[in-house]
Amino acid sequence: MSDDRTNSETTRRDLLKVGAAAVAAGALAPGITLIAPAQARNPAEPASAKQRWGLLIDATKCVEGCTKCVTACNEEMGLPDHDRAATDPQYIRIVTVRDPETSYSKQLPVMCQHCENPPCVDVCPTTASFKRADGIVLVDRHRCIGCRYCMMACPYKARSFAHEVSTDQKPHNPRGKGCVESCTLCAHRVDAGRYPACVEICPTGAMLFGDLNDPDSAISRKVKEVSTATIRGDLGTKPGVRYVGL
Amino acid sequence: MPGTPNIRGLRGLLAALAVTVLALVAGAGAATAADVPFPMVPKAAAGTQCVEEPGFMRTNHMKLLTHQRDDTVRRGIRTTQHSLQGCIDCHAVNDAAGKAVSHQSSEHFCVACHEYAAVQPDCFQCHTSLPSGQSGGQAAR
Amino acid sequence: MAADKIRIVYRTLDTKASGYWGLLAAFGLLALIGAGAAYTMEHAGHWITGMNNHIVWGTPHVFAVFLIVAASGALNVASVSSVFGRDMYKPLARLSGLLALCLLAGGLAALLLDLGRPDRLLVTMTNINPTSIFSWNVILYSGFFAIVTFYLWTMMDRSVGRFYKPAAMSAFIWRLILTTGTGSIFGFLVVREAYDAAIMAPLFIAMSLAFGKAIFMLVMLAAYTWTNRPLGTVVLTRLQRLTGIMVAATAYFLAIQHITGIYAAEHRAYEAWLLTGGTIYTSLFWLVGVGIGIVVPLVLLLHPQMGGNRVAIVGASIAVLVGGLAHIYVIIIGGQAFPMVLFPGMEVSSAVFDGVVAPYAPSLPEVLLGIGGIGVALLLLTMALGALRFLPESLADAVVAPNHVPTATDTSLEDGTDDASPNAVAAPAE
Repeated sequence: MSDDRTNSETTRRDLLKVGAAAVAAGALAPGITLIAPAQARNPAEPASAKQRWGLLIDATKCVEGCTKCVTACNEEMGLPDHDRAATDPQYIRIVTVRDPETSYSKQLPVMCQHCENPPCVDVCPTTASFKRADGIVLVDRHRCIGCRYCMMACPYKARSFAHEVSTDQKPHNPRGKGCVESCTLCAHRVDAGRYPACVEICPTGAMLFGDLNDPDSAISRKVKEVSTATIRGDLGTKPGVRYVGL
Repeated sequence: MPGTPNIRGLRGLLAALAVTVLALVAGAGAATAADVPFPMVPKAAAGTQCVEEPGFMRTNHMKLLTHQRDDTVRRGIRTTQHSLQGCIDCHAVNDAAGKAVSHQSSEHFCVACHEYAAVQPDCFQCHTSLPSGQSGGQAAR
Repeated sequence: MAADKIRIVYRTLDTKASGYWGLLAAFGLLALIGAGAAYTMEHAGHWITGMNNHIVWGTPHVFAVFLIVAASGALNVASVSSVFGRDMYKPLARLSGLLALCLLAGGLAALLLDLGRPDRLLVTMTNINPTSIFSWNVILYSGFFAIVTFYLWTMMDRSVGRFYKPAAMSAFIWRLILTTGTGSIFGFLVVREAYDAAIMAPLFIAMSLAFGKAIFMLVMLAAYTWTNRPLGTVVLTRLQRLTGIMVAATAYFLAIQHITGIYAAEHRAYEAWLLTGGTIYTSLFWLVGVGIGIVVPLVLLLHPQMGGNRVAIVGASIAVLVGGLAHIYVIIIGGQAFPMVLFPGMEVSSAVFDGVVAPYAPSLPEVLLGIGGIGVALLLLTMALGALRFLPESLADAVVAPNHVPTATDTSLEDGTDDASPNAVAAPAE
């Protein structure tokens, strides 16, 4: 049961395969490695605990009124718009934060925070909510019974319930009525060595995606350099999403 | 005794059941291949070879798909050999206008057989039933 | 001593009576309407209900939690007789156990038919998550059915009578854990201002005792009045007083919960909003929850002159149930409606209801599904009462309290609280 939730087994054969994949990627597509957050994993390799994918969001660079990341996410994940704000699915939203003392206000995107200690995973009665070995928190919609306890437990209101029948879904984001869903950190893109859709679209580069476990990654160097914070850090959920200028 | 007719009724019911079963078995044995309806299984894309031997796929595709789904969703393994989308891409059936039909149509590769077998797969409540290039076209925000 | 004891004769309801079939038809119809509502919701998707991404648990959950909580309380009458040795309640124990099973079944029906994928219910058995209180509850609810069924068996069949005491004790302990589990579904939700309190568990236990007894008294009065079976005043008055104590206990835990909330700066905003905010939740809390659910029944159940007054008992029981539904509504829906704190000390806003009270209005299918759950419970109860011997032929004072000489003090407050006096059997000459 435990390795269902976090699978970190690594055999020597796996390591050899990763090495081979890295060589192949480097040899075959040298251009890709320049922009890719990491090597595309060999498709046969499981996600590994050697990585801890994270996001660093610079709220000071988030432009007032811009919702490009939200649009890109809805497009990428094939989320429908029924014009019902309360029940339409939403993986990422723009939240405006205002200090009532000073009237200073700014906006920032909030999505699943991919916690190290995710409350949604703790409360899920069927282990449908789970944390992948590389820290990405997902809903296994083959197991979800739609009880919505995870939505009650999530401190970030990051999850949506599919309130309607779905048709014509994106192949990489199967979604259907009666299950809970949320940001996947674009796991399908990450596994292929690409950036999440929101990160890719952000016109000011306010979102930085990378491996927090790799000390040489851009995100690791940045979080070491500048003061960052997590949302509701007091709850001990240890999000994988960090913010600058909270 | 109110119980007596009940027991008799039960016996009668059992006898009727037995006769029905016997008749069915006999009928099935006597039927020739021509009498048995067979699903119109659409052909796969020309010049392609199935990922496993077709006979094996007929009996075991669901096991492969279940195994693959857990590997992909929970472990992030992205091989395409046994992926549902792989099946759909290869086995797409086009309508008269040249557009792939969805699982709403009895012509759809999966549906053609599943209707015959009277087994309802719930894959397409969440997964698209259209080949990669043609799915996910709904109006997104 | 033994000669003094009058044998209790149990008899099924008259299943040939038209009234019995009328009841079956009425409750069956309620259950069917509930099933229809569930089908409508599941077919169209939950968008047709009042529930949304912010109020994820709605009216079906209010009814479900209410029934599940009441189920555990309904068993208390049996526990009082077996675990605490009050022989006067012993003739009521079978009905108590049966009612508990039926209420739990009705509550679970409403809860499970609201799931997004009720067809996958078995997954809760095949993929148990040891850290999930829901997973624990799957085990607690199944165990409750098994243990209470066995408990009933030990009461009704002498061949297993030797297991009566252990079965009674297990059922008693199990039901306390069960209600603790139900309360903890909310108590463990640390991020929600309205929950995040260990007191949820004892509060739910107190509520369960009040709701369960109120339903028990209504069922008992209906069954005995409609079938013209004798029902004495002594046992009824005892139950009335005991229910009053449970309502008082509920009031106590509610008061502690909210006073603690007001005291803690962290929860003060929520308490201010709920108690003085002027929303529907404020009105429900004070007028229906406290006014109808606590003040009215406290008077009707505990006032010295109301002892044994059947109109007062029926009125108080209905008031307890209506008020109880309001309390659960406020806990479940009010607790979700209040905005969650994303950035402490800051004001937040967004296109999707951040920083504002989340919208919710109960929809018809939700209400009908909830009432359907009540229908299922009552249908099962009526069927069982017609099939097996759960109800004593007579609950006249001479039968259940033969040594109890009615005096003026019967209707006094002490009589209700003083259950410990073993006068029912062991005090021969007063």
